[in-house]
Amino acid sequence: MNFWEYLHSRRELLLFETWQHASMVLQCVLAALILGVALGVAVYRSPRWSALAAGSAGVLFTIPSLALLGLLITPLGLGVAPSVVALTLYALLPIVRNTIVGLAGVDRTLVDAARGIGMSRAATLARVEFPLAWPVILTGVRVAAQLALGIGAIAAYVSGPGLGEQIFSGLGRLGGANSVNMTLAGTLGIVLLALLFDGCFLLVGRLTTPRGIRD
Amino acid sequence: MTDAETGSSGIEMINVTKRFPGLSAPAVDDVTLTFPGGEIVVLLGPSGSGKTTTMRLINRLEEPTSGKIVVAGRDALSLDPTELRRHIGYVIQDAGLFPHMTVAANIGLVPKMLKWDKQRISDRVDELLDLVDLPPATFRDRYPRALSGGQRQRVGVARALAADPPVLLMDEPFGALDPLTREHLQDSLLALQERLRKTIVFVTHDIDEALKIGDRIAVLDKGSRIAQYGTPQEILLNPADDYVEQFLGGTSAMRLLTFGRVADVPLEQVVSARPGDDAAELRATLREDGRCGVVLEDGDRPRRWITADELTGVTGPVGERGSPTAPPIRAHDTLQRALEALIQVDRDRVPVVSASGAYRGTVTLATVQAAVRGMRDEADA
Repeated sequence: MNFWEYLHSRRELLLFETWQHASMVLQCVLAALILGVALGVAVYRSPRWSALAAGSAGVLFTIPSLALLGLLITPLGLGVAPSVVALTLYALLPIVRNTIVGLAGVDRTLVDAARGIGMSRAATLARVEFPLAWPVILTGVRVAAQLALGIGAIAAYVSGPGLGEQIFSGLGRLGGANSVNMTLAGTLGIVLLALLFDGCFLLVGRLTTPRGIRD
Repeated sequence: MTDAETGSSGIEMINVTKRFPGLSAPAVDDVTLTFPGGEIVVLLGPSGSGKTTTMRLINRLEEPTSGKIVVAGRDALSLDPTELRRHIGYVIQDAGLFPHMTVAANIGLVPKMLKWDKQRISDRVDELLDLVDLPPATFRDRYPRALSGGQRQRVGVARALAADPPVLLMDEPFGALDPLTREHLQDSLLALQERLRKTIVFVTHDIDEALKIGDRIAVLDKGSRIAQYGTPQEILLNPADDYVEQFLGGTSAMRLLTFGRVADVPLEQVVSARPGDDAAELRATLREDGRCGVVLEDGDRPRRWITADELTGVTGPVGERGSPTAPPIRAHDTLQRALEALIQVDRDRVPVVSASGAYRGTVTLATVQAAVRGMRDEADA
C-alpha cells in the first residue's frame, strides 16, 4: 500500500484524529489564555511578582514533555485528563510572559493621562492598557498554539487523543506494514494543522487589533 | 483670601506637604498658594523644583502627606479621586492621546464616563474641534498617529475641555513642540482663555512662556518653595531675591518691553505737511525745528520723511519730495516691536499709526528708554 492508498483507506480515522488534535489544542490554548492573562494582569504592576510568575512558568517549561505526562498518570490516570493538563501548562508560559511584557510595555504617560482624566484602575486596564498590549499577548497565544500542536502528539504516550496515535503506532512497529505511512500521516497532519492555526491567528490579529496601532 | 476673591472656580492649597518614601527632603514643603478663579497661574521653576508634583497634588495623582486643598469650593481630599479628576481638565506634554482611539473617541472619553448620551457627546466633540481650529469633518475620525505634534496637542486641549471643567491643569503642554508651533499654540490658548475664563494651572520651566501666558507667576525653588508670586510685570520689575533674578537671566528690561504698548507712551511729534503745502514755508518751519518732518497723504497716512535741505531752492508745492518712511508700527504694538523696527531702519525714528492707519506720531530710542524708566519708577513708588 502506498501513502495515498493508506490515506484513502483510513481517511475516516485520520480525519477524526485530526479533528481531535485540533480541538484539544484549541481548548487547551483557550484555557491557558484565560489563566495566563489573569495571572499576567494580577502580577504586572509588581516587578517582583512578575519575575516570579514568568520564572515559575519557565521552570514548568523545562520539564521534558514525556516526563511530565508520565508523572501525571499517577494522579490523573490515562487518556484525556493528563494530556489536557500538560498541554495547558506548556501553553501557559508564552502567554503569561507576553501578557506581562505587553502590559508593562504600555507607555506610562498614557496610563498617567488615563488616570488624570478620571478613569478608574479597572477602566484604565480595560480601555487603555489591555487594548494596547493585545498585539503582544496575541503573539504569545500564537506561539502557545504552535507549541501545543507539537507537544499534543506526545499525548498519545498516555493514550491521549489526536494524531500522536498514528506516530506512536508507526514508530512502534517500525519495519512492519504501513509503519512509515502511519508516522508520515501523523506528522504531516500536525504540520498542516500548524499552518492552518497560524493563518487563523493572523486573521484574528488583523480583526482584533485597533486600527490606530495596526502596522 | 475669601471665596469672593478667589471666585467659585479658584483653587487653594493650604500648608500642603508631599513626601516621597525614601527621600529625606519633601518634594513639596508646606506650600500655601491661591489660584484665583478665571486666571492662568504659571508654576515656573527648574526641573526638580517640585512644580509638577505641586500641580499633580491638585487632581490627586499624588496624595498630599499633609495639608488642605480646595478646588472650586470643594474639599478635594474628601472627594473620590476619580470623580474629582473628571471635573478637572488635564493636559500633558505630547498630549497623551490614546493611539488606539480616534480623535473623536479621545475627546469623548470623559463625557462618556459621565454618561452623556451619544448625540450630546458627538455634538460636543464637533464643537470642541471647532474651538481648537481643527475642522471636525477632517479630523474626528483620524487616529493620533496621523496628526502633527501641534494638532495632537490641540486635541489634547479639546479632550481636557470636554466636560467643561472649571479648572484646567497643564503640565508643560507645549514643551515637546518646535518653537513656531509652540508660539502658535500659546496664542491659541490665550485666545481660548479670553472666551472661556478657566482657572488654569500651567507648569513650565520656560521663562518666556511663563511671561507670555501667565496672569500670575509663582517662581518655585527646591521643595516647591515659592520664591515669588506676582504678575509678570511685578516679577520683572522687582525680583524678590537673587534666586528669582538669576532665573530671569539679566534680560528683564528687554522682556519688560513686551508688556508696554506704543499707545501708552508719549509719542514724539514732528512737523507734518501735505504734498500741496508751500515748500518755502515748510522749509522755514523745518529749519527752525531742526528735525525732519513727515509728509502725509490719503487719509493722514505717513508716506515720506522730509528735511529742510531737501527743500532748498524749491518753490511752489512740496509735491513728491522726501525719502519714503519705513512701514509704520501700530499704536497697539508692543514696545518690543517698536524697538525691533527702530533697529532695522536707517532713520532714528519710526512713524506710528492708529488702527485705521492714520498718523499718530513717531517713536525714537529715547521714547522706548523713557518708557522703561517710567515702568521702573512706577514699580519703585
